[in-house]
Amino acid sequence: MTITRRTVLAASAATAATAAVAGCSSGGGSAAGGDGGGEIELTVATFNEFGYEDLFAKYEEDNPGVTITHKKAATADDARANLMTGLAANSGLADVEGVEVGWWAELLQYADVFEDLSDPAVEGRWLDWKTEAATVDGKLMGYGTDIGPEAIAFRGDLLEKAGLPADRTGLAELLTGDWDTYFQVGRQFTEATGIPWFDGAGGTFNGMVQQLAQPYETADGTPIPLAENTDVKAIYDHLAEYKDISGGMTQWEEDWTASFQSDGFATMLCPPWMMGPLEGNASGVEGWDIADVFPGGGGNWGGSYLAVPSQGKNLEEAKKLAAWLTAPEQQIAAFQAVGAFPSQLEALDAEEVTSTVNPFFNEAPVGEIYSERATSIEVQPFQGPNFFVINTVVADAITRWDKDGMDPAESWEQALTAYDELGLG
Amino acid sequence: MDGGRHRPSTVPGLSERNHVSTSTRPAATERGARRRARLARFDVRVTPYLLISPFFLLFFLVGLFPMLYTAWVSLHDWDLIRGQGDFVGLDNFAFVLGTESFYKALRNTFSIFLLSSVPQVVAAILIAYMLDANLRAKTFWRMGVLVPYIVAPVAVALIFAKIFADDSGLVNNLLLGVGLPAVEWHSDALASHIAIATMVNFRWTGYNALIFLAAMQAIPREIYEAAIIDGTGRMRRFWHVTVPMLRPTIIFVVITSTIGGLQIFDEPRMFDTGGQGGASRQWMTMTMYLYELGWGPQLAFGRASAVAWLLFLIIVAIGIVNFLITRRIAHSGGPTKTSR
Repeated sequence: MTITRRTVLAASAATAATAAVAGCSSGGGSAAGGDGGGEIELTVATFNEFGYEDLFAKYEEDNPGVTITHKKAATADDARANLMTGLAANSGLADVEGVEVGWWAELLQYADVFEDLSDPAVEGRWLDWKTEAATVDGKLMGYGTDIGPEAIAFRGDLLEKAGLPADRTGLAELLTGDWDTYFQVGRQFTEATGIPWFDGAGGTFNGMVQQLAQPYETADGTPIPLAENTDVKAIYDHLAEYKDISGGMTQWEEDWTASFQSDGFATMLCPPWMMGPLEGNASGVEGWDIADVFPGGGGNWGGSYLAVPSQGKNLEEAKKLAAWLTAPEQQIAAFQAVGAFPSQLEALDAEEVTSTVNPFFNEAPVGEIYSERATSIEVQPFQGPNFFVINTVVADAITRWDKDGMDPAESWEQALTAYDELGLG
Repeated sequence: MDGGRHRPSTVPGLSERNHVSTSTRPAATERGARRRARLARFDVRVTPYLLISPFFLLFFLVGLFPMLYTAWVSLHDWDLIRGQGDFVGLDNFAFVLGTESFYKALRNTFSIFLLSSVPQVVAAILIAYMLDANLRAKTFWRMGVLVPYIVAPVAVALIFAKIFADDSGLVNNLLLGVGLPAVEWHSDALASHIAIATMVNFRWTGYNALIFLAAMQAIPREIYEAAIIDGTGRMRRFWHVTVPMLRPTIIFVVITSTIGGLQIFDEPRMFDTGGQGGASRQWMTMTMYLYELGWGPQLAFGRASAVAWLLFLIIVAIGIVNFLITRRIAHSGGPTKTSR
């Protein structure tokens, strides 16, 4: 039963491997001239799918003497753990690191560990809120790659059973409004069919909380005591009021995955990157579609950046590569390769993006829909260093009634205790 | 266990070397001979320590030093990235001991540990006993029980996620099929502990069975023959010969599975996708709590180190209890008892 010891051994082996990679890159760095004359080795760390594989080859071709090593983590969590460990050790990171938007919450307080990437050449390249989320005191920490503007994915065939509009334009009209509109229609649907309206309260909560400008902390990072956080409590109560139309599932869990095959629910909040997993889980199921609508206006879920850690040896070359990769042309190529939805203004209008349709979602014009959704986003929530600890406390409270069957009021009391336990003061 | 049987009464290498160094050279002066004798004594006394020293040097480097350093960290406000902060004395310990999560983690760890270790040791002995019988294709069966052990824990967790899913899982489908209510594996604390313990048992029972099998095969067959001549049945032979002769091995397995069981991490962390031990922390273990404090959003290494030390002290305390019980068993005496 020496599980942990084995894990630690594996971890140290992994660290050794990372160190070896870092050693290689610094070895290459010593010969770097910066004019493209010397041999330059750059490492780029990404996770999931950034869609850069072909682009690396192209960059190497256009820039003789540059070789790119790609370190790809299987999950964002692995990549985050690796990034944190590398920052803590002040060595072992790639020259260019992929950073998920949510990580800025904890990384912004260590602004000095990343290079300032602001450059007149790239100004105005991205959607304003995308750049703002990665800016501290005028310092740009990362170049935006993709974004996650949310739309509503729905099962047309199930809606038809309840006598609701089954086409994407009709549903978009019906759902235009606030969250209450969305829930009201949902209750109508669930009462008619007995099928839950959305997959789970947790995923829906995520969409709602992303519309608050300051969900858990004031602009200077001071946590708002949960007991006094009326905005979040209002969302919590609103969801609890409609818990009868929730499927009670936690996203990514076994039951959630399986429910796509068993008519488990009718709608879900769907950013572009969710289309892939949804299609995979629902393979063989017909009737999925995407409507150009989102309760309460617009909302963003996820998306990433490329950052250059200051511990690297080839900072200038790394910046150059990051700037090139996040240019509209390259992000359009990445969108075509893996569906990562671009955050660059120019790319959002590009014909290659707007003309995209997704056959699985009943030939929905997803390029057009998500470009429209991206521009209707007004707020990117402020995520300070305590965003995730507090968000976890609330998300846990929701899971307790959504899945475990606890009374919402009792669960909120537990959340207040858990909040006090954090000792945020 | 039966050291006297095959081992010569003296260690040949040493005695011969002593012999050579003192008397093969009649021409040597008495002084030289004395020096050589001293060297030989030095050799005999010091060499074993020199030979074993690499282990301890390595242990000091990668075991003891990190442990002491963890104690140092636990006395500070220590951020994962920013590193050392202010000295805070025992504040981190006070903080951790003041949280409800710590006691939940303690409860869960012991519950999962008991639910896994106890059935595991019993099942392993029974499986070993069966494997010890005269089976056809012995090696096949013996290797067979080890197969779960070579499956990576994460893979085991993926398989069991399908088995213990709340709505779509195999077990609940079977239960509903025979008219029983479904079990809320991811909501009810005890149910989640049972599911996690099942994963642990799946992986480790075969491994422990092989250790028991090796010990069983070292039991002298004469004892069994004598017992058969005395007219004892199978059950009696098992209870009065096999089990007592296995005592030292049982103690070894219990101690190793205690240490491992109290540090359990992979299986509960992989039990759901969040990896935090459930919405009410139904299955968060001590090591998961440690991880959440240190590498979670808090990045509070000082607090995580305090948990690490508390866990260490708990394991030491249980180790002492184990040791006392072991001594008692050793004194109570089996049929042949060589103290090891």
